[in-house]
Amino acid sequence: MKPLLTVEHLSKHYEGRRSLIERMTGVPHTVVRAVNDVSLTVAKGEILGLIGESGCGKSTLGRAILRLNEPNKGRVVFDGTDVTALAPLALKTMRRRMQIIFQDPYASLNPRRTVAEIVGLPLKLHHLASGEEARAVTARIVERVGLKANQLDRYPHQFSGGQRQRIGIARALVSNPEFIVCDEPVSALDVSIQAQIIALLLELKREMGLTYLFISHDISVIGYLADRVAVMYLGEIVEMGPVDDVLANPRHPYTQSLLSAVPEIEPRGRKARVRLKGDLPSPLQPPSGCKFHTRCPLAIDICRTLAPVSEDVGPGHQAACHRLAEGVSLMSESGT
Amino acid sequence: MSALLEVRGLRTVFHTRAGEVWAVDGVDVEVRRGECLGIVGESGSGKSVTFASVMGLVRSPGRVAEGQIVFEGRDLRALSAREMRAVRGKEIAMTMQDALTALNPALTVGEQIREALEAHDETLPARGQARRAAIRAKSVEMLGLVGIPSAESRLRQYPHEFSGGMRQRIMIAIALACRPKLLIADEPTTALDVTIQAQVLELITDIRARLGMSVVLITHDLGVVAEHCDRVMVMYAGQVVESGPTEDVIASPRHPYTRGLLASIPRPGLRGQPIKPIEGQVPDLIGMPPQCRFYSRCPLRRDACLAPVAMRPAGEGRSARCVLLDEVPA
Repeated sequence: MKPLLTVEHLSKHYEGRRSLIERMTGVPHTVVRAVNDVSLTVAKGEILGLIGESGCGKSTLGRAILRLNEPNKGRVVFDGTDVTALAPLALKTMRRRMQIIFQDPYASLNPRRTVAEIVGLPLKLHHLASGEEARAVTARIVERVGLKANQLDRYPHQFSGGQRQRIGIARALVSNPEFIVCDEPVSALDVSIQAQIIALLLELKREMGLTYLFISHDISVIGYLADRVAVMYLGEIVEMGPVDDVLANPRHPYTQSLLSAVPEIEPRGRKARVRLKGDLPSPLQPPSGCKFHTRCPLAIDICRTLAPVSEDVGPGHQAACHRLAEGVSLMSESGT
Repeated sequence: MSALLEVRGLRTVFHTRAGEVWAVDGVDVEVRRGECLGIVGESGSGKSVTFASVMGLVRSPGRVAEGQIVFEGRDLRALSAREMRAVRGKEIAMTMQDALTALNPALTVGEQIREALEAHDETLPARGQARRAAIRAKSVEMLGLVGIPSAESRLRQYPHEFSGGMRQRIMIAIALACRPKLLIADEPTTALDVTIQAQVLELITDIRARLGMSVVLITHDLGVVAEHCDRVMVMYAGQVVESGPTEDVIASPRHPYTRGLLASIPRPGLRGQPIKPIEGQVPDLIGMPPQCRFYSRCPLRRDACLAPVAMRPAGEGRSARCVLLDEVPA
């Protein structure tokens, strides 16, 4: 099947600021490689989950795909069009079809605009509807996401966190897009509200034939709703594959330790814990070779010098680790 | 076995312009010696305010209105501010969710541990070189206990020089400096990544066993409770709705809210099946009628729920606040 979205070797680097003296004396820029040479595809109608811990670059990747952060290198191809090569006006047209739902329902809505204005803005920007018609379209989508049409003239502060996230969803969907980057849309919400929003996103996907890139740090959420999953560590995808396969048979030591760290509600689901040493290294001075080697219990000499290349470990399942061939696993070492 | 901490009928009210908010309304808590008690609830359920009340940390416009807080036979509410200060930190210590705001950014970590020791530790030499050396030795020991390497040099660093997980460890080190009998950990891992969360929770469990203290773990994550707590109390809208041994409560929840909460958690095993969220949202506590607080969201609500609902026994060591328990024998 032809993918709806193809990301090829995408990189997003941020350069640190240098003082005048540093510039004159030729001190090089410090560079944060937030996203480093990432390639992935998303098929139409699929949910690709993107997991990783804070600072791993998953949000930056989501935003770079939409060119909300301009990528430095690589290509994003959406439905046959190279998004990275589009001129500003063409990009705007493309954005009607590619939308985003943000994590923080408090920060992502303009407090001085009413719901009708916030949700209706994409209609105006893309010349899809105006006047009475725009209001009717806005009312319809607002009701669809579970709010009431008589709440259209209220302001964001008059809603709870869950309701605000519904407003954010309505705004993303009003232009009838095909692809949505869901950037941690339920992370800021309480468990019972989180379940409501997840259920809503799945219903909407079915009804409108949507495709999601679903970014989350919560493995349970990804395991529940995604078809495939990509695991990020320090700006790179270390493992990717069908979600069942990756969760049941993780091959990269980072994925293995991440999965084993999730607290399980049911005792029978509990795994022996793989204890990771230390914290995420500073992205300003990423480790050489395999970026995970500083915390990896399986690291050997080659890991410190040479970055591993992603290889197939199963149908549609890739991982990047030097020790794959040996079949060493943290899970087996810890006796599960 | 006697309880270390026993709270009975605690009611804490906040006076706001819109009206009185009973943030904690008739809460009973029992913390036994050496156990880890989990307190689960969503935002606004009153879990943090309950323990701020125990610590005597509720400030105006809030007020502990009613109830008994008995710690090792002493009623903490009857203590003077000075006596209470001697309990806080020394016998009951609390760590806060956000370590970056809870730690003083202008003092080094060493200075902050020293503050706790100077305030409470009577075993220190009275003054001079010996006292300084003793404080130093104890501070190094505490950082070592919470797993911070090269403690000597790190004592001279400021909170911003540590990562989130390390800051949470430092706060735990300060809380444990005087070897309290009870540690109240308020959402110790909510701000942390899952691999770091696992490290910090293991640390708390490990230290609890080594020092033989009791721990109250306040969290919104049922998974954390399931793995680390002997017993659990589920709170909703200022009240305890269910309590009992963790495994039993999770295996067969007796309150519809607990059941709804467990059914709301997305799990890989449930893929393809719809999750059943709890409809609606937490009620406004201002002017809350004296009925079951879960009434508006409960799929099993009936007329009997419109009267005040008390906790009822619900099996071995368990209780729940639901009228349905009268109909179906536990």
